[in-house]
Amino acid sequence: MTQNKAVYSLPSVLADVPMHYCPGCQHGLAHRLVAECLEELGVAEKAICIGSIGCSVFIYNYLLVDTVEAPHGRAPAVATGVKRARPDNVVFTYQGDGDLASIGLAEILHCANRGERVTIVFVNNTVYGMTGGQMAPTTLLGQRTTTCPEGRCKEHEGQAIKMCEIVAGLGGTAYAARVALDTVKNVKQAKKAVHKAFEVQLEKKGLGFVEILSTCPTNWKMTPVQANKRISEEMIPYFPLGVFKDVTSAEDKG
Amino acid sequence: MRAIAFREDRCKGCLLCMTVCPKQIIIVSNRFNKAGYKVVEVLEKNVDKCTSCAACALVCPDNAIILGPRKRRKKGEVADAREA
Amino acid sequence: MPGKPKRILVKGNEAICRGAVAAGCQCYFGYPITPQNDIPEYLSKVMPKLGRVFVQAESEIAAANMLLGAAACGVRAMTSSSSPGISLKQEAISYMAGSQLPAVIVNMSRGGPGLGDIGPSQGDYYQAVKGGGHGDYRQLVLAPGTVQEAYDLVIKAFDLAFAYRNPVMVLGDAIIAQMMEPVAVREVEAPPASEDLGWNLMGKGSRPPRVLKSLYLEDSALAGHNALLREKYASMEKEVLYESFMVNDAELIVVAFGSIGRIAKSTVRGLREKGHKVGLLRPITLFPFPSAVLGALAEQRKLFLTIEHNLGQMVDDVRLAVRKHADSFFYGHLPGNLPTPDDFEQPILQVMGVAR
Repeated sequence: MTQNKAVYSLPSVLADVPMHYCPGCQHGLAHRLVAECLEELGVAEKAICIGSIGCSVFIYNYLLVDTVEAPHGRAPAVATGVKRARPDNVVFTYQGDGDLASIGLAEILHCANRGERVTIVFVNNTVYGMTGGQMAPTTLLGQRTTTCPEGRCKEHEGQAIKMCEIVAGLGGTAYAARVALDTVKNVKQAKKAVHKAFEVQLEKKGLGFVEILSTCPTNWKMTPVQANKRISEEMIPYFPLGVFKDVTSAEDKG
Repeated sequence: MRAIAFREDRCKGCLLCMTVCPKQIIIVSNRFNKAGYKVVEVLEKNVDKCTSCAACALVCPDNAIILGPRKRRKKGEVADAREA
Repeated sequence: MPGKPKRILVKGNEAICRGAVAAGCQCYFGYPITPQNDIPEYLSKVMPKLGRVFVQAESEIAAANMLLGAAACGVRAMTSSSSPGISLKQEAISYMAGSQLPAVIVNMSRGGPGLGDIGPSQGDYYQAVKGGGHGDYRQLVLAPGTVQEAYDLVIKAFDLAFAYRNPVMVLGDAIIAQMMEPVAVREVEAPPASEDLGWNLMGKGSRPPRVLKSLYLEDSALAGHNALLREKYASMEKEVLYESFMVNDAELIVVAFGSIGRIAKSTVRGLREKGHKVGLLRPITLFPFPSAVLGALAEQRKLFLTIEHNLGQMVDDVRLAVRKHADSFFYGHLPGNLPTPDDFEQPILQVMGVAR
């Protein structure tokens, strides 16, 4: 195959550069979905991204929007400050599970509870990626990590935390969905969810939250294909996909 | 009709595209790119089997797959792959 | 300022609020802790009426990070707290210093360590001046000695924060916070809230995107960044402020800051009446520290006594400033007790007597 010039153009808000992520890591895909939604909604020019700590700390190299880097877990608080200071801008965070569901638990819950008009893109790969595969709050029971080498044990470490369900239960949340990136169908669903999570912000309905089940082949010690299978075989049974809250829908499950 | 095109410098050889191709025409090549990854390819003889469904491009985490230039088609207009 | 300035009788906490409002503070993020509670209480009433932002955060950590967010947008923003809460804000302060974000942090400090008490203390000097968070950084620190100064310095804090793109701390204590005094208030010309400052986040529009960050992983990038910061911190030297009182013919100079500086001034005045040649040097900026003026006084072979409401913190900086020519004695009034001018008399006379 030759290297033709792209006709199927990538969203221009996505930098056309090689990404630093490991082979098979789906951060790149999640970035693209966010970029496509920003572009389709026509809001890239007024978007402000709150980067977080973890593998996606370099998000500003890929998403070409104004960006501020938040301390570990604090992105929803930083987003609150940004949105309150600039209510006409479109504000979103991009956070991993260690960042959002462990050290930043207070910040995300209160941000959602206040109903900040921001969008939270939460990538759950059940592990601390950048620091070398330690146990995350979302690590599944039995899953081996570098800090639970015998597998996560309910008696000692408790069970994986289901953020989407918790966030959906808070009053200020307008939309909360869990999606996955393992199949074509799921990627398309994921795109719709990210879209919706921005729409509720634009409509000033409240906080939009998308939990994206994603792989970390390197720290799971799997091939990308094996890791991708793990999403449907192990993750989705525990972290069910779906829309957990949608204030714009009559069939709101929340 | 658009043929898929691999931007080999972006490919990390994760093979996720292989798993979603409905025609099973994406295979591992014998080539390594500059970054040292073994890249995927579609053999010339199989190119015509590609339906431009873009499933491979959709799941590629590294934006390594794009749809190539539109080929002349004899009849009708082909739907944009992004709506597929 | 046309005509007579308007005078009001307010607590230090309210003076801070009024100063911030006058200076065009658009966003305030707070969290309850004594003795600064009047600040979030007052601003929760006033800010919404002005169409400005008041948020009671879920924690001091969150409040400081909201401040970081607003600061990244280039709007004038402030948070306030007291000692234990200021400890929690250090993470964000370090990030703001690293990312070069302008923000104002008010610390109405109280007794420590730990939960301490809710009375006055100067136990946070090191934390404020030496960089309470991680990494190499400095923040400008302004220490008001009166309620009027609290008002004036919070206005100045915003100007400095934006002039240097750096966090600025106003370091008061429970005395300044809770004391009522007349304050001359004034109109301040504050910049518009949504100005493009060339670095702040507003959405990229048609320009290239801006990134505000403190991460520098590439080879020698962090060294370059730190060199830039060092230069900036050195350039803050010209902002030094201090009050000197009867120092010219003084044999002993008391060095004290904030409310203690003010109390020590009464002591100095009393001792002068009794014929003792004493003077006072009250640093108003703690960073930058008035080292040069202290050094010059030291050359005149004067004695120095540092008085603080702690176990001895600023005395280190005084010693460094006078070390070539003089030593500095120290009297520490322990937090938990409120000092009076009389409390400082004996320590001063002792140093004068002992040293002779």
